Amino acid sequence: MDKFISREGLVAPLDRANVDTDAVIPKQFLKSIKRTGYGPNLFDEWRYLDHGEPGMDNSKRPLNPDFVLNQPRYQGAQILLARENFGCGSSREHAPWALLQYGFQAVIAPGFADIFFTNSFKNGLLLIKLDGGIVDRLFKEAAGQPGYRLAIDLAEQSVTTPGGETIKFDIEPFKKHCLMNGLDEIGLTLEHAAEIKTFETRRREQQPWLFN
Amino acid sequence: MAARTLYDKLWDDHVVRQEADGTALIYIDRHLVHEVTSPQAYEGLKVAGRKPWRVSSIVATADHNTPTRNWDKGIEDPVSRLQVETLDDNIKEWGALSYFPFLHERQGIVHVIGPENGATLPGMTVVCGDSHTSTHGALGCLAFGIGTSEVEHVLATQCLVQKKTKALQVLVEGKLGAGVTAKDIALAVIGKIGTAGGTGYSIEFAGDTIRALSVEARLTLCNMAIEAGARAGMVAVDETTIEYVKGRPLAPTGAMWDKAVAHWRTLKSDDGALFDKVVKFDAAAIEPQVTWGTSPEMVTTIGGKVPDPEKEGNLAKREGIERALKYMALKANTPITDIQIDKVFIGACTNSRIEDLRAAADVARGRKVAGNVKLAMVVPGSGLVKRQAEQEGLDKIFVAAGFEWREPGCSMCLGMNDDQLSPGERCASTSNRNFEGRQGAGGRTHLVSPAMAAAAAVAGHFVDVRSLAEVEHHG
Ligand code: SF4
Repeated sequence: MDKFISREGLVAPLDRANVDTDAVIPKQFLKSIKRTGYGPNLFDEWRYLDHGEPGMDNSKRPLNPDFVLNQPRYQGAQILLARENFGCGSSREHAPWALLQYGFQAVIAPGFADIFFTNSFKNGLLLIKLDGGIVDRLFKEAAGQPGYRLAIDLAEQSVTTPGGETIKFDIEPFKKHCLMNGLDEIGLTLEHAAEIKTFETRRREQQPWLFN
Repeated sequence: MAARTLYDKLWDDHVVRQEADGTALIYIDRHLVHEVTSPQAYEGLKVAGRKPWRVSSIVATADHNTPTRNWDKGIEDPVSRLQVETLDDNIKEWGALSYFPFLHERQGIVHVIGPENGATLPGMTVVCGDSHTSTHGALGCLAFGIGTSEVEHVLATQCLVQKKTKALQVLVEGKLGAGVTAKDIALAVIGKIGTAGGTGYSIEFAGDTIRALSVEARLTLCNMAIEAGARAGMVAVDETTIEYVKGRPLAPTGAMWDKAVAHWRTLKSDDGALFDKVVKFDAAAIEPQVTWGTSPEMVTTIGGKVPDPEKEGNLAKREGIERALKYMALKANTPITDIQIDKVFIGACTNSRIEDLRAAADVARGRKVAGNVKLAMVVPGSGLVKRQAEQEGLDKIFVAAGFEWREPGCSMCLGMNDDQLSPGERCASTSNRNFEGRQGAGGRTHLVSPAMAAAAAVAGHFVDVRSLAEVEHHG
């Protein structure tokens, strides 16, 4: 996974609550056995006017001009501003893959669904949870100021607005550490292989029916 | 020791090590694998030069992409076929305790075959790259869905990095009315606490109503815990659980069985155990539920009406209702019973077990699918459920009534195979998600219980299954 370095980027506001992972990347694209290639189908049903299927040339498909990511002012956006319970529903990791491969590096919302939250961090997509009132204000600012950008400093755990306001956010120390160093979590866990073995041996003795 | 909740006990029993900030490495007993979320995990494993830690923890099946008819033709869609064959190859290469591939007599939806084969047992940690893994918690185990990176992590290390959630007790007491099912309890709970109401929690369903439910009904309930945003759903072990597990192919036997049962009987919350939150429900007040919108929390009773956004004071909520009504092509204040349907889907890991099919067949028996319904399909959750249903003659009842009787799989729950709604079609579905496009792009899903789905099929619109019974009773 790539290291998350602090960055600033254009903000795209997606103004709806409970955006589910079926909407982030519809099921037909889950048939792929690859980890890449999902960016063009991010929000497929909202983004295009026709029905998307794997293997289509997405550059030839009719875009929905009303969808926020298709508006000229949001081209090249790197930060997605979202509402409550973003990423609910299916556990598909294709959702953070699609967001990252589209070009998003961070999502800011008042709340995220549990599995999506974990999946995102495993792939270096930073999720920033901010108070609903603050998110509301960012939505207003983003709508009112074309070219609205935010600066994210992961080390400092802060988001800075164009007006110079700095907003702090919380992040678990372990997640921050992994993100900043681009660490492979499996490698980290395997450093404890001996402990896992000991635990397993004890478990096998105490509850042998679990080891058929 | 202080009184502990069931969740505390299951958690404590699996902690390999714990960091000062509470991040823990927890051991995984059972890893369920299916074709959609595993290929990239196996690939990652291989690229890193790693091997599965404990192959005997793995039970696998192909369910999401498999067709539900014309099995003799195999999987016609080449993209789906490649994904299913990739699972075949990975299991062949790396191994598993049990594999139920496409066409196997015990193949089926991963969350149906786990419990029915005894692959999921009380006291286990159970994971799968699928959010509805919460289902298995009905057996008194800690079961939750994970993403593909975590699938790879479990393959490589037999562990997951987790933080403990808070504990929410959903306490349901009293007697359920006739025609009211576990599905209705699940929807009523989500209607009350919301789809984010359980975020940050694991839910224990408790109370005498839950105790009186069969294991299959508990599976339905725990299946939907994820729709309330919870990481896991669970029910304490009791005699009903133990009776259910006994004799299953992968369940322990003989002296080992007795030893296991002695341990399983401890898997319940201690008296006086503290929950972070408790939500109470009166079972007698729960009515058959029907969702009207594009989120499981957008739900009302069969006697209810489509809500009026004008009456919603909260602006964001009002916009959410308006958007959902537009997508669902529904007018405010329409009685639910006036909503006509185009298709009916009875199946999915929520409601495709034998008791679900019996409940639907009871309604379908001697009746006919209404003329305006283009397709009513029954998709058993597994090969074993299908065989059992056929032994009981349920297939004949459905076919005589005009339902299609299909082969097992996820089917129209998410429409990765051919079973899909066309744009604009409206479906009464026993699945668990009514998201936009979930059952097919532009499709409109109303979540209901199996009996309510069958009732809608014969009436052509939503109808109170209890009134249907009366009509028949009084001639
Ligand atoms: S039946 Fe539906 S919810 Fe259940 S595992 Fe299959 S796709 Fe997921």
